[in-house]
Amino acid sequence: MPPDIEAIAEQVFAALADPTRRTILAALASDGPATATDLADRLPVTRQAIAKHLFLLADAGLVTAEHGERRRVRYRLRSEPMRVAQQFLAAMANDWDARLDALTQHLNRSRRTSTNRIAGTNRHD
Amino acid sequence: MGFPDRIERTVEIAHPPAAVWAALTTAEGLAAWFGDRATIDLRPGGSAQMTWKQGHIAEMRVERVEEPSVFGYTWHIFGLPEDDPRRTYVEFTLEPLDSGTRLTVVETGFAQLSPDTHSQAYDGNTSGWASELGELVSYLDAA
Repeated sequence: MPPDIEAIAEQVFAALADPTRRTILAALASDGPATATDLADRLPVTRQAIAKHLFLLADAGLVTAEHGERRRVRYRLRSEPMRVAQQFLAAMANDWDARLDALTQHLNRSRRTSTNRIAGTNRHD
Repeated sequence: MGFPDRIERTVEIAHPPAAVWAALTTAEGLAAWFGDRATIDLRPGGSAQMTWKQGHIAEMRVERVEEPSVFGYTWHIFGLPEDDPRRTYVEFTLEPLDSGTRLTVVETGFAQLSPDTHSQAYDGNTSGWASELGELVSYLDAA
């Protein structure tokens, strides 16, 4: 397994650990690319704080900077690192314990049915 | 942190391998404990499908059929977007015991990264810089 996967997932979880960065990522996910100024207008966070977090998010590869008109830099969400982190979560959410319990219960139910059937035919003993 | 690539569980079941095999490899068996409905074409390369009342669908591809000891299939990684091509491999191994069956399930491949996902997850900064430098070049050319 390449060690880089872990590094990518770690960056995603570190980014998501901060409430302001979560808010910024959620805003980019729901409303699309935005400039730091757009985000400052919409969110209860100063433009300076947003710019600092966007820089960190870009460094982690979670957003990319797009240069638009009049030197306005728009930030766009990058989903690929999220997919790596989702894979990490998928492994933990994959509940084989519950499935194997269900399998055992199913087999016990079927045996009880067949045992009852046998008991029914041999009731005289 | 340790990225979990492999999940392994072993249970001892008080039923013979034939009963466990039927529960794992027939539509009736799978629908009784795994999905709410199931279909299966039990041969390597065959398709199987499980659906749940909540609307979730799992498409599986049968890979190994060695009755009554090994059954393996691949499926989509639950929780990833539907267009994501990555799949994990699930293998059930049944060993007969005096008291029934020892069933082991191993699911592998959570830590795989398809080549394009790998480059996409990594090239962000590189291509970001490439496009920025490209813009710088066009700017200088225009000046």
